[in-house]
Amino acid sequence: MGDSVICELQNITKRFPGVVALDQVNLSIKKGEILAIVGENGAGKSTLMNILSGVFPPSEGRILYEGQERRFSHTREAQELGIAMIHQELSLSNALSIAENIFQGRLPKKATGLIDKKKLFQDSQKLLEQVGLGGVDVKTLVRDINASQQQQVEIAKALSLHAKLLILDEPTSALTPAEANVLHGVMGKLREEGITMLYISHKLDEIMKISDRIAVFRDGRYIETLITKDTTVERMISLMVGRENSAAYTRARYMSEEDYNSRPVVMEVKNMTVHKKVQDVSFKLYQGEILGITGLVGAGRTELLQAVFGADKREHGEVYIEGKEIKIKHPSDAIKSGMGLVPEGRKAQGLFLEMNVRENMSIVNLKDQISGFRLIRRQEERKKVTEFNNRLRVKTPSLEQKIVNLSGGNQQKVIIARWLMNNPKFLFLDEPTQGIDIGAKTEIYDIIHELSENGMSVIVVSSEMQEIMSLCDRVIVMYEGKVSGELIHSDFEEEKLMTFMSGK
Amino acid sequence: MKDRVGKLKAVTGRTEFSVFLGLLLLTVAMSIASPFFLKTSNIFNVLSQISRYGIISVGMALVIITGGIDLSVGYVVGLCACVAAWLTSQAHLPWPAVLLLVLLLGTVIGTVNGLLVTKMKLVPFIVTLATGKILSGCTLLLTKGMPISFESSLAWLGSGYIGPIPVCVIIMFLVIIGGSVFAQCTLTGRNIYAVGNNERTAELSGIKVKKLKCSVYIITSLLSALCGIIVAGNLYSSDASLGIGYETDIIAAVVIGGVSMSGGEGTVWGSLIGAAIMGILKNAFVLLNISSYWQSVVIGIVIIVAVALDVLRVNKKEK
Repeated sequence: MGDSVICELQNITKRFPGVVALDQVNLSIKKGEILAIVGENGAGKSTLMNILSGVFPPSEGRILYEGQERRFSHTREAQELGIAMIHQELSLSNALSIAENIFQGRLPKKATGLIDKKKLFQDSQKLLEQVGLGGVDVKTLVRDINASQQQQVEIAKALSLHAKLLILDEPTSALTPAEANVLHGVMGKLREEGITMLYISHKLDEIMKISDRIAVFRDGRYIETLITKDTTVERMISLMVGRENSAAYTRARYMSEEDYNSRPVVMEVKNMTVHKKVQDVSFKLYQGEILGITGLVGAGRTELLQAVFGADKREHGEVYIEGKEIKIKHPSDAIKSGMGLVPEGRKAQGLFLEMNVRENMSIVNLKDQISGFRLIRRQEERKKVTEFNNRLRVKTPSLEQKIVNLSGGNQQKVIIARWLMNNPKFLFLDEPTQGIDIGAKTEIYDIIHELSENGMSVIVVSSEMQEIMSLCDRVIVMYEGKVSGELIHSDFEEEKLMTFMSGK
Repeated sequence: MKDRVGKLKAVTGRTEFSVFLGLLLLTVAMSIASPFFLKTSNIFNVLSQISRYGIISVGMALVIITGGIDLSVGYVVGLCACVAAWLTSQAHLPWPAVLLLVLLLGTVIGTVNGLLVTKMKLVPFIVTLATGKILSGCTLLLTKGMPISFESSLAWLGSGYIGPIPVCVIIMFLVIIGGSVFAQCTLTGRNIYAVGNNERTAELSGIKVKKLKCSVYIITSLLSALCGIIVAGNLYSSDASLGIGYETDIIAAVVIGGVSMSGGEGTVWGSLIGAAIMGILKNAFVLLNISSYWQSVVIGIVIIVAVALDVLRVNKKEK
């Protein structure tokens, strides 16, 4: 590894409406190194990588690449210069062969205009050998190879574009430890060939193993670059967390140890297992408690919650409510026993986008507003929706407004209202404030706090450390499908949580 | 006042409203173009033509609102018409038994369609295409390709009158009204829209998505079976060609009526307007003495115009 610099970022600032995502960032990337980029969610890692790979230009600042100032307005421009980004979600076409994927859109042609298969297969084979997939037939369909092999094909695709600087965004989040090892082997090999890699990951132990240097980001600012072999995970975590905790949300009261001794357990989950996602997880939920479940993406938090709710197929696992076992085969069973779930991904799982606010809110409770002839009592529906609309202060021009036209925060309030109308005993919220502005966030925290004060037991799944720390009475940390740690509020420390999250 | 304007806008902004305007326009144009058009006998003639499509379109609209499709309807009509005729003339069963058995047959076919779509997770297009083929073969096997004529009180459903009004027209209006109330005013109806809008959200809201989707296929086949009896009763005879091509006309009526093929949107009564437009167009070719070969051409154009207008309207709204 020489000391020549391949890329230098100078005073990069990126502003989005209402937020500064990156603030005066300076970073130099050395030729042929693996530079890890770490930071909490919202630290600005993704924004930086998007600027470097040409997804959008910076608001201010200069990018010097191979000694020349560059300004990319499209990913293609960055690609032509040898900067390739490999996204978390792969962009491969499942029904095409490996070779066709590598040269997608650039298939070699013969003089007749037909595809030159011989050249295609030969070139692809060479690239596969380069990324350690030499033994795999290039004609294999992408859907028939495993996740890490797909990652390798993605890298081969980047290399076919003569990439000199590879950006890998959480490449191992969907991989098993063994698969991740293979990928790390490939990365080591590419480094020997002089290819520079930026490695974004939350998995700190992986970073310690594979990287040469580590650049730490916090709140949109570049903090420091560490030399991997001279540093420790603890040092990295303390830099990521920072010392000051900026004005965070706090509840009036959190459950104390005495509370835990005196309050009844209202729900108990035993040995919950979901194929490949959750392994043998058990936990208790107390009356009026806000329980946080956190962990990295892919740790199995969402799957655990959905399995309890009957929405995800479980292999085994029991749910007890007030000591009695409840058979939950479908969400309707969970709802009958008093549960409600505000799922992650509002558009995908939470909303009926083309339906109006009233219909979105009343959908669960409508069964209680039916007349003798099985007709919906419209007056009652409207009355009840109006009541909850006001109670949660949903800002909408009318109840007949299509929900797609509301802001994220108001959409989320409608989904919460949907469950509150049904008067649940347990409310599960999965990433409740994702993509919601700060004002609405606080309002949602207040709602959750008030519910718990009134005796409702709440589970909040979140990957935002700050959210877990300021909202929850207790937190369970998951790592690769298992519980890796548990803390009550008085013992909350960001460092401890981070350590649990990385599986230590 | 403001609320009233808003409500008016909500009504006029709907696809059904513009389609209804189209229907009015067509009616006015036809009554000018042909003196026979507004005669009572012609109107009832058109209505009884429409009734075949109108009845099934209620079920089809529900299926499409859930995001599915049913291509087997025409073959259900054909098979049920022939089974009704066969049970009457060959098995000599009394008409209530025939009615019951045929409706039961419809239910069974619908259940098979529904289970294949929900339990086996097969694509509705393929499932109903295939069951349609099977049913068409069954009809030929039953009739050996020959017409079966029959005499039965059941024929009253297809050829009877109450006063000046054909019975099948009354049945159609009853089915449309029932279907509209079901879709707009009942919990199941609301849930059908929810499933069409977002299946996952519906599931997480406690709706039994599979059961619901299965039920709309059953409703559609049941209505197709009823229609089969009407068609057979109208002719006092059944053969394997009855019902062929119904699916395309019915889907066209539903789409013209404003139901979105991607599911979640539209109304049941809109399909009646769609069916009416197609019925009047067909009648127009007869009255105005235009070659019937032009029929398909014009109906095809109408479908494209209706759907294109709808897309334009949606795009405009989103801007």
